[in-house]
Amino acid sequence: MKTKPIHPLPGADDVYRRVLPNGITILARPNFNSAAVTLSGYFAAGALAEPQEKLGLADFVASALMRGTQKHSFDEIYNRLESVGASLGYDSGVHTTSFGGRSLAEDLPLLIDLFSETLRTPTFPADEVERLRAQLLTGLALRAQDTSDMADLTFDQIMYAGHPYSRPGDGWPETIRSITREDLFDFHRSFFGPRGLILSIVGGIDPQRAADIVENALGGWQPDEQKDMPSLPPLKPIKKTIQKKYRISGKSQSDLVVGTVGPRRKDSEYVAASLGNSVLGQFGMMGRIGDVVRERSGLAYYAYSNLSAGVGPGAWTVSAGVNPSNVKKTVDLVKRELERFVNKGVTKSELADSQANFIGRLPLSLESNGGVANALLNIERYNLGLDYYRGYVERIRAVTPRDVLAAAQKYIDPERLGISIAGP
Amino acid sequence: MPEKIKQVTLSNGLKVLLKEIHTAPLVSSWMWYRVGSRDEVTGATGLSHWTEHMQFKGTPRYPASVLDRAISREGGVWNAMTFLDWTTYYETMPSDRFDLALSLEADRMVNSLFDEKDVASERTVIISEREGNENEPLFQLGEALQQTAFRVHPYHHEVIGDMADLQTITRDMLHAHYRKYYVPNNAVLAVAGDFETKSMLARIRELFEPIPAGPVPPRLARPEPPQRGEIRLTVEGPGETAYLQIGYRFPSASHPDFFPLSVLDSLLAGPSNPNLFGGGISNKTSRLYRALVDKELAVSVSGGSSLTIDPFLYFFTFTVHPERSPEQVLAALDAEIERAQTELVSRQEIARAIKQARAIFAYGSENITNQAFWLGFAEMFADIDWFLTYLDRLAAVTPRDVRRVAREYLRPQNRIIGAYLPSGEGA
Repeated sequence: MKTKPIHPLPGADDVYRRVLPNGITILARPNFNSAAVTLSGYFAAGALAEPQEKLGLADFVASALMRGTQKHSFDEIYNRLESVGASLGYDSGVHTTSFGGRSLAEDLPLLIDLFSETLRTPTFPADEVERLRAQLLTGLALRAQDTSDMADLTFDQIMYAGHPYSRPGDGWPETIRSITREDLFDFHRSFFGPRGLILSIVGGIDPQRAADIVENALGGWQPDEQKDMPSLPPLKPIKKTIQKKYRISGKSQSDLVVGTVGPRRKDSEYVAASLGNSVLGQFGMMGRIGDVVRERSGLAYYAYSNLSAGVGPGAWTVSAGVNPSNVKKTVDLVKRELERFVNKGVTKSELADSQANFIGRLPLSLESNGGVANALLNIERYNLGLDYYRGYVERIRAVTPRDVLAAAQKYIDPERLGISIAGP
Repeated sequence: MPEKIKQVTLSNGLKVLLKEIHTAPLVSSWMWYRVGSRDEVTGATGLSHWTEHMQFKGTPRYPASVLDRAISREGGVWNAMTFLDWTTYYETMPSDRFDLALSLEADRMVNSLFDEKDVASERTVIISEREGNENEPLFQLGEALQQTAFRVHPYHHEVIGDMADLQTITRDMLHAHYRKYYVPNNAVLAVAGDFETKSMLARIRELFEPIPAGPVPPRLARPEPPQRGEIRLTVEGPGETAYLQIGYRFPSASHPDFFPLSVLDSLLAGPSNPNLFGGGISNKTSRLYRALVDKELAVSVSGGSSLTIDPFLYFFTFTVHPERSPEQVLAALDAEIERAQTELVSRQEIARAIKQARAIFAYGSENITNQAFWLGFAEMFADIDWFLTYLDRLAAVTPRDVRRVAREYLRPQNRIIGAYLPSGEGA
């Protein structure tokens, strides 16, 4: 295998970008050290477009795409993929449907061919739809028993009451039962199309050749009936702290979530909030939260914070799994840490630690084809510029403790938290 | 796989494996100890895993907070794992900051504190870890199968240990375990990534060679007597979903039959992914998926074994379809097993399994941490040649081999059948 010298970080000089006339954007970067290729991307078709009585529709469609096309049955599609050790799949979120796949580099044409086919010409065969429905319903029965899933879901219902972010992407048993084949076809016809589809390919293949393969397969797709997604309605903030419990009997451990609503990825405070979150509950053995809840109090095996900024205002949360008798003690400790974070911010040395971590971990996050493919998608999705990762160090270093404090105070109000608990 | 691996045993018995990979400015090192849950007697179960936790609590030179901060500041990742046969610690760091990882491993091979206060706080952390596991029906079922399959052999308990022992293990038991097993002649150090072999080896000698060898700790191994018939058990618990899990007695990873069994696993349940990092592929055209999931007896199927020193178990795991029973699933499984025992598989099916394995290897090779993992992991149950010749040994498997091992290993007298029966309550 030939080895080409290449900058460790992607940039304008080694990321290939091609926009097709029908609106598809292709990003590609070579990695000739790898015998494999990764495909990943997304387009604007998500749960935001679901009516209340059909929750889980976008997810149902995404899962059903692989179940049969005009040319191939479910078994034939997977037989082609699995025979060469390739994989392909779809997943949906609130705003988009995403896709991902990989194969040995020699099999990229086959992978793209199946991608194009399942994306454009699914037939949603009736027997496969019913089979899938039973699987989705079993997934929901398992979710109802999962303390971590139910704590997250309950948290979203508190914090995003009346907003699409409060709704579970995989729906409820009654909504999954109510979805018809016609609903699947309608959703596909309305929201699937080439306009705004972003796709990246990284691995042991020449980028122009990869783009040619994609253009060949998808260049002829026209956005005839493709509709825009509805826009995200504004969020009404909660007025005081709300705590809810979801009871699951017979369990040994409770999961809890304490948190609020954070920034969007494009908000100017995002980088400062992200560094602040690292100090709060990520750095090393999970930051201050890990130190207080796990190291000093021995209350939990896992305790950490998470900032899930995206297109809209994602949640900024602290999560932990604890013995049911320790729930109150843990919630109190977490609340105290959030107060300290909002009142005093972070020290210069804590911030410097997290800044060094963000900068130092770049090579690790970008070593695999999948890591680079995701980085390219982020650049495109949030309009960061192809040289984003090359200018990353300066951007991270520019953040001050004052910036972190301002971000913490803007988003976290210790008097208006959402607190959810799932367990016995 | 272009493989240039340097293997050296230091004067104190520490085995070192080095592999240069210059695809990213990273180095990953793995320190492996030949000690795991199978070295624990009743009353001391969970000792190896707990010792692993204590290795993050610091030494006089590197107090816990200092160490964690130092590695994280460099953008490194570090963690550890305990399994049946082994315990391992790894660090993946930017290559220019890598010395810290080596110094730390040399230091904590000897100097960990095992402070009484840390033991106390880690006790409740590990109990909480176990309680989290107990929330999962498949943990409950797996634990029941394992303890039923092994009455004599110390593979009988879960790595995390029994709750009774987690409540009573003392600081001195943990420290004695550490002193006994954490000696250089019971360890393997594997390093892969962006370094130069000669200088790396010189630095390893400088740091590790002063550590004196200890007595080689004996492995605890009481062979499990033969099973005299099929065993069935049930576990009851909350929820609405039933599971069926079948454990077949399986040979060790170094046994020649392991390879035809791997092909059989791939045909029946889809290819297993032995990588720690770098995903696998789906199994929707495996025989069991077609026979059970497509036919709506189950909503999912998986299969897989562990790479172990002594014979352990191969597990088939089914999530039972809400309108079916575990018995119906078992009957369909038996029909597929019978087919594998009577009909010869085609050569194309074997070629397919090999191509799948080759793709999974390529995915795993994108990741330096995963490559370093394999260097040492293979030494824990066989040796590095096991890994290097894996694809060739799969390629040598014949249809007759596959039928023979299906007959020999997938017998009812060789299995334990476990069903998780949901109470229908919980939410």
